[in-house]
Amino acid sequence: MSNLLEIQDLHAKLTGGREILKGITLNVAPGEVHAIMGPNGAGKSTLSSILAGKPGYEVTGGTVTYQGRDLLGLDADERAREGVFFAFQYPVEIPGVNNMYFLRASLNAVRRQRGESELDAAQFLKSVKEKLKFLEIKDDLLQRAVNVGFSGGEKKRNEIFQMAVLEPKLAILDEIDSGLDIDALRVVSNGVNRLRDPNRGMLIITHYQRLLDYIEPDFVHVLSDGKIVASGDKSLATELEKTGYANLSSAA
Amino acid sequence: MQELATTESSNALDSFMSASAEGYRYGFITDIEADEAPPGLNEDTVRFISAKKGEPAWLLEWRLKAFQRWTQMSGPDWAKLKIAPMDYQASTYYSAPRQQSGPKSLDEVDPELLKTFEKLGIPLGERAALAGVAVDAVFDSVSVATTYKDKLGELGIIFCSFGEAVRDHGDLVRQYLGSVVPQGDNFFAALNSAVFSDGSFVYIPPGVRCPMELSTYFRINAAKSGQFERTLLIADKGARVSYLEGCTAPQRDENQLHAAVVELIALEDADIKYSTVQNWYPGDAEGRGGIYNFVTKRGACRGDRAKISWTQVETGSAITWKYPSCLLEGDDSVGEFYSVAITNNLQQADTGTKMIHIGRNTSSTVIAKGISAGRGQNTYRGQVKIMPKAEGARNFTQCDSLLIGKKCGAHTVPYIDVRNPGARVEHEATTSKISEDQMFYCQQRGLTPEDALSLIVNGFCKEVLKELPMEFAVEAQKLLALSLEGSVG
Repeated sequence: MSNLLEIQDLHAKLTGGREILKGITLNVAPGEVHAIMGPNGAGKSTLSSILAGKPGYEVTGGTVTYQGRDLLGLDADERAREGVFFAFQYPVEIPGVNNMYFLRASLNAVRRQRGESELDAAQFLKSVKEKLKFLEIKDDLLQRAVNVGFSGGEKKRNEIFQMAVLEPKLAILDEIDSGLDIDALRVVSNGVNRLRDPNRGMLIITHYQRLLDYIEPDFVHVLSDGKIVASGDKSLATELEKTGYANLSSAA
Repeated sequence: MQELATTESSNALDSFMSASAEGYRYGFITDIEADEAPPGLNEDTVRFISAKKGEPAWLLEWRLKAFQRWTQMSGPDWAKLKIAPMDYQASTYYSAPRQQSGPKSLDEVDPELLKTFEKLGIPLGERAALAGVAVDAVFDSVSVATTYKDKLGELGIIFCSFGEAVRDHGDLVRQYLGSVVPQGDNFFAALNSAVFSDGSFVYIPPGVRCPMELSTYFRINAAKSGQFERTLLIADKGARVSYLEGCTAPQRDENQLHAAVVELIALEDADIKYSTVQNWYPGDAEGRGGIYNFVTKRGACRGDRAKISWTQVETGSAITWKYPSCLLEGDDSVGEFYSVAITNNLQQADTGTKMIHIGRNTSSTVIAKGISAGRGQNTYRGQVKIMPKAEGARNFTQCDSLLIGKKCGAHTVPYIDVRNPGARVEHEATTSKISEDQMFYCQQRGLTPEDALSLIVNGFCKEVLKELPMEFAVEAQKLLALSLEGSVG
């Protein structure tokens, strides 16, 4: 089966800044869960932001192919409609915009792209009821403005809820565990695990091994100083926990 | 041309004709048969207008008094606006309604205009009327308006053009005209009082609740007057009415200056809701040729427990200058002002409200949202005045500004004048810009930049938009999106 995502020798920098990614090569096949770990400043956020299409970065070399197409040539919203989902580390607030309205608009944009019919408010509510339940999200969250006044746990659960509704082909989770207590972590992880699918690939960015106890990855990559310095299966994460990042060399 | 049948009109004509014998600055004798007054503004222009309309002597006198006041006033310049000096003598102050010069059917209407109607979701039945298709050709409009008038008539509600009201309900007009906005109130009010063309008149009898929203679309014999509109709306004791002015469809006019006056009177226990959606031509991208919209709107809560609520969505005009206000005279009376004003490209807006608390236990609410984009300049200018005898007065004001891009400006100029120690006045203001993070978040969820902007802006304006009658609310949301087209990226 051909790859969902193929990153080939990617070089990138902050627009007007120094080079951060110094040659990343990584393939994700459908159904695989890849974890990306590494110390601060390694380039994890840069990598995930570039994949999502966040402005402010410049790709200086290499290619990124998604479902056989050049991903970098698409705008952020085009990528989203093609099934790329990015769970934000710090989800932003959008005052006055009803959460349900927002998500329905988003889902309908994706559905239109897929050639499916749009859902009205009633149909939408029906389709999300079950997803709300297993992410332990109360109905009233849907009526609030997007992320406004949400606790850290609510924000992360809302991110995964959106992922559940949008059913992406490629999900990039940027430090989904940051700011979560044990219970919230468990709920979020269950949510992510329920969304594992043979047709879906996931990239999980994290600092800590703990998350990977809950969401077991198929592959673990360690990013350091803009390069992947080690790759392996989930046991690599356990090893890192013991040895720490400092012992890694960036001459990979 | 029409015959001047009444004695009063003949008197007006007589004085007009004798004045003409003295000769003019411009060296001609005005022909009453003419469709247009010659350019310029002097006493004779006023007489010409009044005679053309067949007005009674009292109204001509009223106009002349206003004209005299006007000649002694000069245009205000305290607003933060850049206006080229206007030559008042260069305009024409009267022209007869254009009869057959409009398009004969929708097929003759500019396709761009039709596209805008489509984008705004304007009902098909209304597009022809809005495009200026001659009314006779629009059968549906005529029949709808007729049944409409019958229904209102049964309840004793008067809803007609100002001109018709002068003719058929002269006493009512005379009683209330100028009682809320005196002629000398300001330069443009004086000008309007002298040369106003036409407008709307509404009277709701005691205890009657008007069963439908009154909209200016349905004034079937309305001349295309726009320029100096005069509106008078009276809600008698316990009456209720919701009035919609303007429309979302872009409005063009040869005349650049629009100086309207709107007076609302709410007697005891009456409730007036006045909503405006204004989309006058704002000029091209360089700001040329746009309409100047200088309006004086004021409502008087004359009776106890009266309520007046102003809601406006201002997206057009090159320059907008208006402060719909409330005089809270009756005890327990309530004044409200909800506004969204957008300035894009080179538009300028200086708008706000005045809430004057006079009676006891009065309250007022002001929610003003300004959105600036392009090189637009948006100013909120508001006054909350609590008079010494206004015991127990309460005001809540919230002005929020949203900036899109780096070249626009938002300014807030609140005047708070409290002369009674028991008053409670609250003022909150926020200024924010649409953050790239918000835009990116929306885009990452599949929304195009245009849809993202529209979503964020509508969220910002939500508190105001929900005050609009349903009919307008949907169009207004689309209008907001349309007005901000091109402001992203």
